[in-house]
Amino acid sequence: MPNENTKAPICLVIGASHAGINFAFSLRKEGWTGSIIVFDKDPETPYHRPPLSKSYLTSTEETNNNLLKSLESYEKENIKLYLGVSIKKIDRIHKTVITEDGSRQQYDKLVIATGARPLIPPIKGLDKVTEVYTLRTAHDATTIRQKVKENISKRVLIIGGRYTGLEIAASLRKLGTSVTLLERESKILARVTSPEMSQFFYDVHILNGVQIHTNKNVSSVTSINHTNTITCDDETSYEAEIIILGTGVIVNTELAKDAGIQTENGIKVNQACQTNDKDIYAIGDCTFHHNPHYNRFVRLESVQNAVDQAKIAAASICGKEVIYDTIPWFWSDQYEIKLQMVGLPFDYNEAIIRNEEETTYKFSIWYFDNDELLAVDAINNAKAYVLGTKSIKEHLKINKSNLRDSSLKLNLANLILKE
Amino acid sequence: MPKITFITSEDETISVEGTSGSVMQLAVDNDIKGIEGDCGGVCSCATCHVFIHPDHFAKTGAPGEIEKDMLELDDNVTEYSRLCCQLEINDNLDGLIVTVAQ
Ligand SMILES: Cc1cc2nc3c(=O)[nH]c(=O)nc-3n(C[C@H](O)[C@H](O)[C@H](O)COP(=O)(O)OP(=O)(O)OC[C@H]3O[C@@H](n4cnc5c(N)ncnc54)[C@H](O)[C@@H]3O)c2cc1C
Ligand code: FES
Repeated sequence: MPNENTKAPICLVIGASHAGINFAFSLRKEGWTGSIIVFDKDPETPYHRPPLSKSYLTSTEETNNNLLKSLESYEKENIKLYLGVSIKKIDRIHKTVITEDGSRQQYDKLVIATGARPLIPPIKGLDKVTEVYTLRTAHDATTIRQKVKENISKRVLIIGGRYTGLEIAASLRKLGTSVTLLERESKILARVTSPEMSQFFYDVHILNGVQIHTNKNVSSVTSINHTNTITCDDETSYEAEIIILGTGVIVNTELAKDAGIQTENGIKVNQACQTNDKDIYAIGDCTFHHNPHYNRFVRLESVQNAVDQAKIAAASICGKEVIYDTIPWFWSDQYEIKLQMVGLPFDYNEAIIRNEEETTYKFSIWYFDNDELLAVDAINNAKAYVLGTKSIKEHLKINKSNLRDSSLKLNLANLILKE
Repeated sequence: MPKITFITSEDETISVEGTSGSVMQLAVDNDIKGIEGDCGGVCSCATCHVFIHPDHFAKTGAPGEIEKDMLELDDNVTEYSRLCCQLEINDNLDGLIVTVAQ
């Protein structure tokens, strides 16, 4: 049924997390006077995900205090939340979404912010193990926390040495749990950082008592009396009571794909976060988009990308001409180490390590494509992160020998190459 | 209960009371415009920048090292700048007035 002209337009959002919620509030800020309706299958009031593998795992607080917005804010901005409701289908012809119980909701503009879900690797016997967990939702984190605290002598085995897996390892070590981590590649963080950074995190985790084994492709799991035996294809095996999967994600593109929306490694969007249907936008972890600064298509999993795409989509829906053009950034906190990353180090041909004199736990790695600074990874070094951000944004040319020289102070004056 | 006053960029003055958590959380809970808190309060995003009223700077003190560096992301940084996720609410902060940076 077509909307009457007099009726206020409806903007409908699927996914109430970093992308969807920031979008809803940005849309109001941009002046949208119509309805805003947000659906999520997760029943909990929308929350921050990053703490789930970090402070939340070790905290003693009963409830999750890391809400994205207070409940009153939704009322104040007239944003309707439908939590615990899963969307099953997008009907583009009738501009309607269909929930799992079959009810329909019309939209004028639709925003897909469905993110990603944990990938469950095809490991023989995994489905028969009781204590196997993934970590994506608050419920997941609460369960892991409960199970670990219930009996602190339970051994935990984490499959997958990516950021989330490493953060979980760090948090559980803080609680005093025995942690083994198995990585399929020859090093942890294999596809997401440089060999130098990977080695640094390996050393830190070993020092903190995590047992890390690389080149371990887990092939089967068996379980006797609550003890799981995890066997790899080189026939080594490990025992643990709890298994946590940190094996990456699957992008939630099915809804879009089934509706005939173009997808690749994520939902394909243009510079305004619009899909091939002009009334349907996509934002956050689920998008495959172009980054103008690096001139390449990417899919990113970060709060920065979720929040910034949310703002772009909101502005575009309110009629502004906008282009999504940001320098990506990300952080990870493990033990007393704060990693801050800015930029995309794809195809770098030189990595310069800059040590600071005070301590070994403060340094930065600067990634170049010849003279062009692509990215900076900073360890306990916010200054390097900030200077890196500014230099990348403005395409500043870096004086590499000054950068290497830790007796020179890290500041723009020393860093910039004088013509 | 400590009372904290926020002055937004739209010149709205909002006073709220809090008991625990950070000033950033208090601001988000009360929907104070211009304080986003995107990183959840771990000093990684600099979207919780405020200017402390000069007469009150003694109440909060100066930023720590990481915070001071992160503030440099914003060109409008002043000697009274703080990232308010790093300000724990306690009785000392009672009466604090801050201006939201953006
Ligand atoms: C443990 C953990 C730690 C992290 N740490 C960091 C960090 O330190 N720094 C950082 O930058 N990023 C971090 N991230 C990544 C960051 O949380 C994500 O990039 C961000 O959550 C993406 O937001 P999103 O809204 O795009 O997707 P998501 O957060 O995945 O949200 C998508 C939402 O859509 C809902 N949904 C999906 N399909 C449907 C459907 N059919 N019907 C209804 N609802 C649906 C889901 O339930 C979900 O709530 C971390 C992530 C995790 C899991
Ligand atoms: S909330 Fe991110 S720096 Fe304060």
